[in-house]
Parts: sequence; structure tokens; C-alpha cells
Amino acid sequence: MAFDRPTASLLEGKEAPALIGTSGDSLREAFGKALSGLADEFPTVVVLDADIAGGTGVHHFRKSHPGRLLQFGIAEQNMMAAAGGLAATGLIPVVTTFAVFCLRAVEQARLSLAYARRNAKIVASHPGLDVGPDGGSAQALEDLAAFRAIPGMTVISPADPTEMALATRAILEFDGPVYMRTGRSPAKRLFGDDHSFEIGKGRIIRDGGDVTIVACGVEVARALEAAELLAAEGIAARVVNMATIKPIDADLLRRCAEQTGAFVTAEDHNIFGGLGSAVAESLAGSLPCPIEFVGVKDVFGASGEPDELAELFGLTAPHIAQAAKAVIARKKV
Amino acid sequence: MALNLRSIAEEAPRTTAQALEAQLAVAAAFVRKHTIASIYHAGSGHPGGALSCADLLACLFGAELNFWPNAILDPHRDRFVLSKGHAAPALYAVGAQYGFCDPKAALRLRKLGSPFQGHPHVLDLPWVETSTGSLGQGFSVALGMAMGLKLQKSSARVYTLLGDGELQEGEVWEAAMCAAHHCLDNLCVIIDYNKLQSDNRNSAIMRLEPLAAKWRAFDWGIAEIDGHDIHEILATFRRAGVTKHRPSVIIAHTIKGKGVKYMEDVPQWHGSVKLTREQAEDALRSLGAKGAEIEELLDGL
Repeated sequence: MAFDRPTASLLEGKEAPALIGTSGDSLREAFGKALSGLADEFPTVVVLDADIAGGTGVHHFRKSHPGRLLQFGIAEQNMMAAAGGLAATGLIPVVTTFAVFCLRAVEQARLSLAYARRNAKIVASHPGLDVGPDGGSAQALEDLAAFRAIPGMTVISPADPTEMALATRAILEFDGPVYMRTGRSPAKRLFGDDHSFEIGKGRIIRDGGDVTIVACGVEVARALEAAELLAAEGIAARVVNMATIKPIDADLLRRCAEQTGAFVTAEDHNIFGGLGSAVAESLAGSLPCPIEFVGVKDVFGASGEPDELAELFGLTAPHIAQAAKAVIARKKV
Repeated sequence: MALNLRSIAEEAPRTTAQALEAQLAVAAAFVRKHTIASIYHAGSGHPGGALSCADLLACLFGAELNFWPNAILDPHRDRFVLSKGHAAPALYAVGAQYGFCDPKAALRLRKLGSPFQGHPHVLDLPWVETSTGSLGQGFSVALGMAMGLKLQKSSARVYTLLGDGELQEGEVWEAAMCAAHHCLDNLCVIIDYNKLQSDNRNSAIMRLEPLAAKWRAFDWGIAEIDGHDIHEILATFRRAGVTKHRPSVIIAHTIKGKGVKYMEDVPQWHGSVKLTREQAEDALRSLGAKGAEIEELLDGL
């Protein structure tokens, strides 16, 4: 059977390197460090900042390559469109701000980056409930939907610091506009040094035949926990790390549909328009089967610690496990 | 006997500069005529704000820009971005005049399969530099180009033409602050200040004045000129070209619908309008076109 080696089972620590499962860098720090480390190899990369380099992780780049950190002040619309101009002169602009402020400049990303097919990268920190105490106004639960709807825009949400570093290299090597989520809170290490990342490819990171849990970002760790909870009840759940939301890995989804016949999607995002919608759209066109959607149910967030919010809004491992049992019950016999 | 100064001026041998200005006036007239014809063929489009910027475009493409049809991807070329993208017919016309596209092909405005879309698109026509139409964005893209060129130690300059109504977009003032902060003296903004916008006069929709004071407060180099006076336009470009440490803005006072008597300073010709055959012929005659030329433009598709 074709599936990738399960390096990442969160609770099967005996097979994994010691650090796996422990708390690592936040995804934004992992991104910032990776970008700084790649800067000499990619000399045309410039980083655009809107006065939050300390928050997005690009303070590392500012320190290592100060002349290539372009300050735009608190003015995201101008920054986003200016990236199109920078790209037009042959540079690779990396626009960095919070996910919620990317929403402010969606139209600039649409016209001046995607429509003009610029080789520009948007890297958004502070997505979803993972933002925590800053509260509902700061928690972008709509960004995957908005950027996924733009033609030609690649949308990525890596799951752990190792994958974030690999994805950072991948988006710089890729020719075209990309929207990539990082994350605010410390992220669990899921993958070892042998992990690899390819844009457009999902990965089976734990195998099982009863149901497929497709997750991205911080929900991947929770999906692995959920699989463990299900295993204790005799249910074999497959977990797919779908780090690329667009283009979605339709071949892998079809294979999982054939082999498991039921899906749960899990994302730190509105259940409308994000990963769950992408999975449903893809399966509707290949092999329709029951799906349960774990995500924020079309409401705004609130202040609280990320774990408290995940509990309140239904994003935790037990919620995912519950959804898995519900969807298995819906399977055609 | 008193000297007749007027006759001396008229009889004096023309200088190279005067000859160039005369050429540019002819080019501007072509831009206006072609614009009317393409909008007539399209059955929609924005004539008023295309006619008001014809002289500015002719001066840019005919005299100011280091930008040539045989080197449209030269990294050291000057860039022009039409931030007021709805004036696309005038951009296509000036491109046709100076060899960037075929004049006859450019009459196929807004047609299915034509690269001459209702608003400029860089994937259809690389020489338009970027895709515009959503107001404010072209300015930011031009700013990014100016920044990118400076980072790469290029001496190329970037010009962008904004509408006056466009200045109501907040992004414009984000870009104005940013360009001054970064001392982008390779960036020149030209404002087609025809005083009218889509629905009505600027003063009725959202007041822009005191406009020069706003740009002065943002620390730009400022010139206020007659946007139909070719001599003045060229002189002002020269000054902008030697302005150091700050970006330049040229506030060009213009007349919307300039050259077509029944359109001049009348808000309803902003667009998107359908021109009847009679209106199109009227407009072309008003612009000095004669019988054969009118037929070629209006029957030439």
C-alpha cells in the first residue's frame, strides 16, 4: 500500500527521535529562522514588514540581512501591492504580517500579485484561534477561504517547525504567488529530520482503514492525538497532513476515499471555505463519501489561551475523535 | 517702424524643442481620435478621463520615457504604470502611436479574445507593466518597482498616472507616506486633475482640496501645471528628473473630455458609455479628423 513512513506518530515515541512530541518553536519563529538561513542562497529575496517583525518571526531576517528588510509601516494595502512592483523588477518579495491583516489586503493580492502572476510570497502569522488572548478581532478564521478563492494562488499551512522550515524553502523555489500560514503559539514537534515537503502533496502520517482524518496546521497534532484515542476504542484512523490546501492533493484524497470511505477534516479556521471545503469539493468530483467538519462553526473567536479556545470551539482531539465516530456511523455498509 | 513680434516668432526657424512639441501635439491628437474610435467600436468605455490625459501620455511616451518597443523587458527601462486603469483606451492609443502595439488591433477594445481588455492586463500586453483598474493599486505597484530598481542600483525611473477621484482611496496616502519615507526620487506621480469623477465633481463627492498642500505635507516635490500645455509638461518632467531625495508629484490641471466639445467638463462622459455613430463622428470632427480618416477609424475594424 502506498503511504508514507509514519515518522510522526505523536504518542509512539519509541520509534521517533526524542524531540518529537515535545513543544518546539512557534511556527512563526521556525519560519523566521528558516528565512534568515536561506537568505544567502536566495539573494533576490526581500522581506516586507508592516511594523510587526517581532511578531511574524522576520526579526531574525532583519538582524541577519537588515538591508533586505523593507519597512512599510502599518499600511498593509500598500505593502501587498508594492510586492507586485518589487517582483516585477526580478526580486522575490516575501510579504509578512498577521493573517487578519492579510484579509485587509486580499484585493491587492488578487489584482497586483495573482492576476499579474507575480512571484510573490505572503506569509501570515497569527492565524485562527491559535492567536489566543488577543481575542476575536485578531483571530483570522477566513484567510484560507479568501486566498483559496483567488485563481493561481497556492495556499499552504504547515504543521510543525520542521515542516515550516522545509516549506519556507519550497515556496522560495516555487515560481508563483503563495499564501502561507505560520502560527503564534509554540508548536508540537511532529516530524524528524527525515521529513520532506512538497507543495501540492498531502502525507499519510499515521495509517488506518476505518476513517481518514485530514488536517492542516495546528490541527495535525490534535488529529494524531485523536487517532490514538480512537485506537484505544478499536478504531483505526488514518491521519493525513494536508499542508497544501490549494492545489489540494486530489489523488491522495481519492485513494483515502477508496480505502477508508469516510473523512473528518480538522482546521483552525471557519468550517466554510477552508480545508474542509477543499476536501469536500475534491471528493464530490471523484468519490463522494461522508465527511464531518471540525473547525470553527461560522462564528468569531474570543480571548483565551489557545487550548482553552480549542476546547470551547470544538477543535480538540476528543472533538475530532467524536466526529470520526459520527462519520463512521454514516458510512454505507 | 515698430517690430511685429508676433510675426517674428511665427517666422523664426523652429528649434528642435519646438519641433518635438509639435510632434507630441500630433501624437496627443491621434491618442484622442483613436480613443474615441475604440470606445465607439467597444460600445462601452471611459472617454472623459482618457481624453483628459492624452497630452500627458503623449509627452511620456514620445519624449520622457526611456522605454522602447524593441526592449520592453530591458531591466533598465523606465516604467510607466497607468494607475487610473479605466483610461486604458488612451494607453493603448499612445502605445499604438509609438510602436508598442498595432493601431488597428488596438481598436478591438473590450472584445472577446482581444488583449486590449477594458482595463490593462500585463499578461495580455507586457508593455503595460502591471494590471490595473482597482484604484490606488497601480501607485503602490509603481512604488514597489521604484524601490526594487533602487535596491538593484538601476537608474531607471518609474512614472505613474493617477486620477483625481483615485486620491480618495486610502491606499494612495499609504503609498505617498511610504515613498517619501524611502526617499524614492526615481518615482514620479502625475495626477490627471480634471475635477470630475464617476458620478459628479470631486468637490461634490469628496473634496480633494487643498491638494498641493496635502502632497507638500507628505514631503513630496510638487509641481502644478496645465496638463494640456506640452511645453510645460516637458519642462516639469525635466525638473522631476533632477529632484533628489524625494519623490515628485505633478498636479496636472486638465479638462475632462478635452478636445471633444460636447464632452468637455461634463460628468456624464466619465463612462462607461456607448457612443452612437453620430456622436463618434461629431467627436472626431471636433478633434480635427476629416472624412477619410473618420471612415478609417470608424469602419476600420
